[in-house]
Amino acid sequence: MSLRIRRNPRLERIRRNRLHPEYESLMAARVSAIGPTGLRRINPHQTGFVMVQGRKRLNRLNPDGVGFAGAGQPGRVQAKEKPLHRVADPLGYVAAVLDLPGGRLSSHDRDVLGLAQQLAQAKDEPHAVLAIALGDVRETDLGGAGADRVIQLNQLHNEPLTGYCPELKRAILNATEQHYQPAFWLFPDSIDGGADLGSRWAVQLGERAAVQAWQVSKETTVCRGGSQLTDWHRPTPRVLLLAPECGAPVEELRHEALPLELTLPEPVSVTIEDLGPVSVDPSQIALSEAEFILAAGNGVRNWDQFHQVATVLGATEGASRVAVDDGYMPRHRQVGASGTWVSAWVYLAVGISGAIQHLQGIGQCETVIAINLDAGCDMVRRADLTVIADSEAVFAELLNLMNERQTGIAPQGVTVHEGEARHVA
Amino acid sequence: MLPESRSKTMASQAMKIAALVSVGQHPLSRRERRADQDARAVELALSLSPELPSLIHVGSARNESLRAYLGMGLNNLKVLNADQDVDAVPALASYLGEQALDIVLTGVRAECGEGSGLLPYAVADQLGWPIVPRIVSVVSIAGGYAEVWQALPRGQRRALRVPLPFVASVDPAAEPARQSAFGPAQRGSIDSRPCAAEPDQARANWQQHPAKPRPKRLAVAKGGTAAERMKAATAKPQGQGGQVITEGTDREKAEAILARLVAEGVVR
Ligand SMILES: Cc1cc2nc3c(=O)[nH]c(=O)nc-3n(C[C@H](O)[C@H](O)[C@H](O)COP(=O)(O)OP(=O)(O)OC[C@H]3O[C@@H](n4cnc5c(N)ncnc54)[C@H](O)[C@@H]3O)c2cc1C
Repeated sequence: MSLRIRRNPRLERIRRNRLHPEYESLMAARVSAIGPTGLRRINPHQTGFVMVQGRKRLNRLNPDGVGFAGAGQPGRVQAKEKPLHRVADPLGYVAAVLDLPGGRLSSHDRDVLGLAQQLAQAKDEPHAVLAIALGDVRETDLGGAGADRVIQLNQLHNEPLTGYCPELKRAILNATEQHYQPAFWLFPDSIDGGADLGSRWAVQLGERAAVQAWQVSKETTVCRGGSQLTDWHRPTPRVLLLAPECGAPVEELRHEALPLELTLPEPVSVTIEDLGPVSVDPSQIALSEAEFILAAGNGVRNWDQFHQVATVLGATEGASRVAVDDGYMPRHRQVGASGTWVSAWVYLAVGISGAIQHLQGIGQCETVIAINLDAGCDMVRRADLTVIADSEAVFAELLNLMNERQTGIAPQGVTVHEGEARHVA
Repeated sequence: MLPESRSKTMASQAMKIAALVSVGQHPLSRRERRADQDARAVELALSLSPELPSLIHVGSARNESLRAYLGMGLNNLKVLNADQDVDAVPALASYLGEQALDIVLTGVRAECGEGSGLLPYAVADQLGWPIVPRIVSVVSIAGGYAEVWQALPRGQRRALRVPLPFVASVDPAAEPARQSAFGPAQRGSIDSRPCAAEPDQARANWQQHPAKPRPKRLAVAKGGTAAERMKAATAKPQGQGGQVITEGTDREKAEAILARLVAEGVVR
């Protein structure tokens, strides 16, 4: 059955007009039902009428009036597909070079694509947004984020584009410049590589790039100066390094994300060689920078065991204010309003009740795991996974499990979980 | 993060290192001071070589806050005399080109003025040297190559190998700079020499204003019925409440936690 709402405009008009000669007869057709106990019953599904946008309207003057015959199913909202925006024959391009940390669009990338769309639409001739995605790309919905055309490469002459390879990437930008001459080059001004590549590219083009640009139109750009203390108003250059939230991400439309042809550049000689990531001692990382934090509160009694677990898991240690005030942890390890605001990917809170001052500090954490005895505390409400258990007992089992992992005698349970996890990830 | 001993072992070779320094600005009082990132660059330069690094500044030699760099234990600071509004890049590049240097260190962004962070790139481009941004330490120098560690988000580090000579910008995550001592700061000498710097034409018609506070982006609920949008706008954001494991042995609970940690990729 079709979900389209079928409307009868004539009946609707009559229904809205109490002076219409047919009004009485139309309304009289519906009598309010009297329930078995003598109470008047209203069927809520039959009251009111449906407006053009699919929203339901109530007629207060006629509360027990029922809907029109065949008025469709009000309240059934269809999951509408967003309309597709096409740029058939672009006369120019706005290039957005994406960071894609971990292969996915960051919110900064989405802002840059949103701004690229604004700039493309401000042009008089039709311009298309050209997203340049280099390296491992796991994002499948570049079109939904605002890319009309895409150049996607994960290697150049068998050299993978993962890791640190600004020279290879610059060669690809060079080839793009020769073929398509984008009107603007947009980069996210981020530590994930956008600022570096954008600076290199601006210097190569001999263009005075706008850095930390946060308000961009076709003609003028406002950039933040040093120490965030000044704003520089200047004409918009061709190369822009954009601050986060520089533009609104695309939400209402889908875009085509058609792949574009690119003749690969000649092989380039690479001077900077990537030797890979360095394993960092997690206990040395500043709390605000840490990726994985194991935090202890008033519910931890065995502190030697806590430090041991942190070492074995490779986590940076954190603490609630109570643990710090009691002298078990140093002050610079305190998480929360009067301590450090952390942005860890995973935050494992052990014996922490989740006072608001503490929860403020972990507002930006992606995944929160809690170990607590009290299933009703605020931390449990915040956490994505909670284990109701005694901290010392769970710590002991975690140590056993990690020990088994390292010595290779993995018990059945864990291997199964691992397999699943990898499958999901 | 660099083991102290490792940087000291490299001190056997004499390297010619230069640090480009600028005048900083305190973020609240706006008083002139040594720039924090530049001071870290000087600190890194001091740890790399027994020979004292050379300090280079383009601007006015009369600026007293430059002496704070000398107070870190250096004897001499070279100033290429120029006005406020000159383009420092050509002057720096031609001066550095004459000096037979191995490494040029800079901060990532200046604390005053435009603060675009493009200067190290432009200087490296004019010199034809590689540029490595955001390093925290130089781990080893051997056979004409240096191994450096670069700062990544979330406290991670990456090792890179670059041929000498190169330009590098020093990340704020590098070792903090030592205190500046008053006596040595007054005793050190500031040599100024004229330089042929052109006024910065590109910036001539830009306007500088005090920074305007940026509006915070609000989360706007879209779609749904009016009641849903109203609720989304007013309701206290409730953590949807994740999975809660109450039953089972401690071992099973620990397994559940570990599985999640592995799935998130923080335990390998
Ligand atoms: C102005 C101000 C600023 C503050 N700033 C901060 C701040 O920056 N950071 C901060 O953390 N706090 C801050 N606080 C303090 C905050 O209000 C709380 O008092 C504090 O966070 C509580 O710490 P807690 O969760 O460790 O302790 P508790 O509230 O005592 O919670 C202990 C939790 O451990 C559980 N537990 C007990 N035994 C066990 C066990 N054996 N196994 C497992 N779980 C167990 C309990 O069920 C309980 O949920 C501030 C307070 C004020 C007034």
